[in-house]
Amino acid sequence: MGAKYFGAAVRRREDPRFLRGEGRFVDDVTLPGLLHAAFLRSPHAHARVRSIDAARARGLPGVAAVYTHADLARWMKPLPVFGATPPGLAAAVRFDVRHAPQWALCKDIARHVGEIVAMVVADSRARAEDAAEAIDVVWEPLPAVVDMRAAGEAGAPLVHPEWSTNVAVGFTHAIGDAERALGAADLVLEETFQIQRYVGMPLETRGVVAQWDRRDGSLTTWNSTQVSHFVQQGLVTALELPPHRIRVIAPDLGGGFGTKASGYPEDVLVPLAARALNRPVKWIEDRREHMMAAAHARHQTHTIRIGARRDGTIVGLADRIWLDLGAYNVWGIVLPYNTVAHLIGPYRIRDMKVDVKGVVTNKTPNAPYRGAGRPETVFAMDRAVDCLARRLGLDPADIRRKNYIRADELPWDFGMPYRDGNPLVYDTGDFPAALESALQAAGYDAFRREQAFLRARGVWRGIGISGYVEGTAIGPFEGAHLKLDLTGRVQIATGAVNSGQGHETAFAQVAADVLGVPLDWVSVTGGDTAAVPFGVGTFASRSGVTAGNSIADAARAVRAKLVDAAAKVLEAAPDDVEIEDGTAFVRGAPASAVALGKVIQASIPTFAKAGVAPPDFETSAYHHVPTVTYASAVHVAQVEVDPGTGHVRLLKYVVAHDCGKVINPTIVEGQVHGGVAQGVGGALFEEMVYDDEGQLLTGTLMDYLMPSATDLPRIDTVHLEYPSPRNPLGMKGLGEGGAISPPAAIVNAIDDALGPLGVRITGTPASPARVLQAIEAARG
Amino acid sequence: MKPAPFEYVDPRTTDEAVALLATHGDEAKVLAGGQSLVPMLALRLARPSVVVDVNRVGGLDQITQHGATVSVGALVRQRALERWAGERAPLLTTALGHVGHAPIRTRGTVAGSIAHADPASELPALLLCLDGAVVARSRRGTRTIAAADFFQGPLMTALAADELVTETRWTLPAPHAGWGFREMARRHGDFALVGVAVVLTVARGAVAEARIAIFGAAATPVRAREAERALAGQPATDGVLAEAARVATADLETVADIHAPAVYRASVARTLTARALADAAARAKDAA
Repeated sequence: MGAKYFGAAVRRREDPRFLRGEGRFVDDVTLPGLLHAAFLRSPHAHARVRSIDAARARGLPGVAAVYTHADLARWMKPLPVFGATPPGLAAAVRFDVRHAPQWALCKDIARHVGEIVAMVVADSRARAEDAAEAIDVVWEPLPAVVDMRAAGEAGAPLVHPEWSTNVAVGFTHAIGDAERALGAADLVLEETFQIQRYVGMPLETRGVVAQWDRRDGSLTTWNSTQVSHFVQQGLVTALELPPHRIRVIAPDLGGGFGTKASGYPEDVLVPLAARALNRPVKWIEDRREHMMAAAHARHQTHTIRIGARRDGTIVGLADRIWLDLGAYNVWGIVLPYNTVAHLIGPYRIRDMKVDVKGVVTNKTPNAPYRGAGRPETVFAMDRAVDCLARRLGLDPADIRRKNYIRADELPWDFGMPYRDGNPLVYDTGDFPAALESALQAAGYDAFRREQAFLRARGVWRGIGISGYVEGTAIGPFEGAHLKLDLTGRVQIATGAVNSGQGHETAFAQVAADVLGVPLDWVSVTGGDTAAVPFGVGTFASRSGVTAGNSIADAARAVRAKLVDAAAKVLEAAPDDVEIEDGTAFVRGAPASAVALGKVIQASIPTFAKAGVAPPDFETSAYHHVPTVTYASAVHVAQVEVDPGTGHVRLLKYVVAHDCGKVINPTIVEGQVHGGVAQGVGGALFEEMVYDDEGQLLTGTLMDYLMPSATDLPRIDTVHLEYPSPRNPLGMKGLGEGGAISPPAAIVNAIDDALGPLGVRITGTPASPARVLQAIEAARG
Repeated sequence: MKPAPFEYVDPRTTDEAVALLATHGDEAKVLAGGQSLVPMLALRLARPSVVVDVNRVGGLDQITQHGATVSVGALVRQRALERWAGERAPLLTTALGHVGHAPIRTRGTVAGSIAHADPASELPALLLCLDGAVVARSRRGTRTIAAADFFQGPLMTALAADELVTETRWTLPAPHAGWGFREMARRHGDFALVGVAVVLTVARGAVAEARIAIFGAAATPVRAREAERALAGQPATDGVLAEAARVATADLETVADIHAPAVYRASVARTLTARALADAAARAKDAA
């Protein structure tokens, strides 16, 4: 197979249509007779619905229907949950897991602001909203539980009374003997770190369009989702239809980030309405709904104890972890265990114990968002290491040099499972090399030399480091269907969903190389359940490895068929046939070249004779990915802090990362940049804020602050490449990495800038108010 | 969300607009740039029965200067004033550069921002700093409201429900005056957590006149008159200016929100006042 395109910085083929405004997003789907849905959502964090009277609403002009739980009771099934404990994991860790049914339409109790109480369908969105306002609900407010630690205490109001607790996921786990190790340490540092609730906030909100076809009893739904096949499975249950009668299409997506990889009530409600009314129905989420109804994320508290010898060798670690999961346990063990599996990261630590409580509270439910527990756990760990270094009088770079696992110590077996139940073993990488490259690219030594000089002149600058090791590309599979047309052009369909990662380009690069055709012969579509019967979707940095390898497998199989057919046409042995640039030829005899189109046409039967080979140039492939592969990186942030206002300015940001073999360096850089931007958002700006009654105070993008281009510095990326031995393409996942280390690196840099003041920032976002308060506390 | 139903009218003259406001009173809202009103309509936070779109009313889009007084018509866009202010009024230019982003300023009007009276916005503070005025017309006649009397609370002004702002009047600082403008916002273009606008004139080494306007900190923009009085006649030294900053902010009734607690605004108001005073002192040319 050639390597003409794999590794090349090819310009993205999907971009021209986006730049021209010719993308086709879910809101661009229009159908004759379309109706519009709006939802009445709970204004209370926790309340019983005493009665709903929709009579006035139903009478308003343009209203086609109003549905409550009672109206659709026949079809109401609990929404799907994810994150069941795989057998390998259950064998090693005793999980306490509780679920409670979540209904698409609130049955009797609303458990978070934004939970759906009723659906209105009308001839315009504006009229649907007018009607929603006309629905009379009598509420009985109930006490709300809002604080995650209070939720775990006896006497707290219960979100799901039948549990007798608010703990949705509870477990402890240990490797080695952490208490003995900490007991023998020269120094034990204990601190509590708080990572705020922040979210993916894709530029395009969610949306669903559904069309019922009474002719054959089938449903087509366009859904701005990352997981078409999951949505399809949910609809199989909800609509009581076989899968082939439900087509889920993910159109162009304006970002996903995990927010669109969860299961939602609207996925089911819009199709139910379309079928009941026999009219197509559209719902486009507005931003205000999105803030309260689309999945939230992050929101953890870590009380971490880290022990070390005086020379800086870390000897043990204990962490008590709380996660605020929101009102329903949608994702099971995923976030809690991901957090634990990524706590130690690149550090050489054999003695660790964790005590984890994922609690429910009266807030919007959480789902994994870019990083999915890793940013939080890395924040706790890397902040603790920096605080430890400060206590020991060591430079943060040196304490990491001392404690990072070396390349010659790999493969490194932790002695505990990854969350897929397989052993957690770092396969390839070089964490010290990443550290040194990042430090060098950031000008670490020169920065240190200038730092004191600048501080004496009232310029407070700091530099901060954070590193991670990330299990990427979780399996168990993805699928690809590949077929050729009469001229040899290639059509690939995959279950992976493109939400900005450049699938149409990167996957074409893989296929073009394997098949031996020009890049522009290959087109790639994704996320259509009719095109690929079995699929998983795009999240967890998985599609390059899972879909990429499936596409390579499928291309290899079709290439073999082409070779066999070409051999007949060229009257040569298959072993002597080469395919390059869309032509087949006998090796060493370029004049023999024949266009692939001719080979395909020769395979088609005519009246005169059978084809030279079966004209079957298509196949499906499902590459099995039993476990993850380990990407890694080190980030270095340079900041300048204004001690008079607490304002933090980012001067420079460096990423030195390994994601295995790279298909397209430009796409990789874009992914890193996007991840860093979201990490900066979490470090300095973004927070979903609730008051003590569970009212969501951040209702618009004026309150929830997204970093803009002017808030970000140049991001310099150093590419390292340690191929994965776990898949034929040697790839590792990369989509999430950029978002993992920024909060730790940036807050480490802030503490470093304010070092002489003895400031310790223990939470994010490091807003100006928080930084100024830390300065004033340290001074006073 | 979509706005609640409303009636839309677009008058062509000031008389027509004023007649509409007389008829509908507080059931009507005036639409000019829409940069504040339209989001409020979309969120259903504002539910006027009638939206009076004045964008086609003639005669309200001029900037005219007589001596040191500048009359800015109600439909003058923020970006137009920013361009006009250019070199001749750098305090205005700098402050306007902090109002949202350029695309917002091409639609938003100077008068609209002042009539909206968000305590964290720049233009009301500038008008107050420079002792400007708002000219308002109703069927009952025309009146000129001094800036010091105009801002009454968060989003609350002295305007009656039937009054239309036709122009704002500004007095430009003297050419030899020093100016300072400092703002603390989470991101460029955001509403200020705290901001300060300062004008200082110096004669024979001493402060002749000081103007200090603080915004974002309290329920309205505030002139620090006690500090201004204390500065008159004093040399503009670091110590004097630092003390003026302390006095200017000691009694500020600062507000709290999700972005910053009250103590933050108080502390940073003092810091920024000191910095803006220092900037103004450095820029001032001695008038003697």
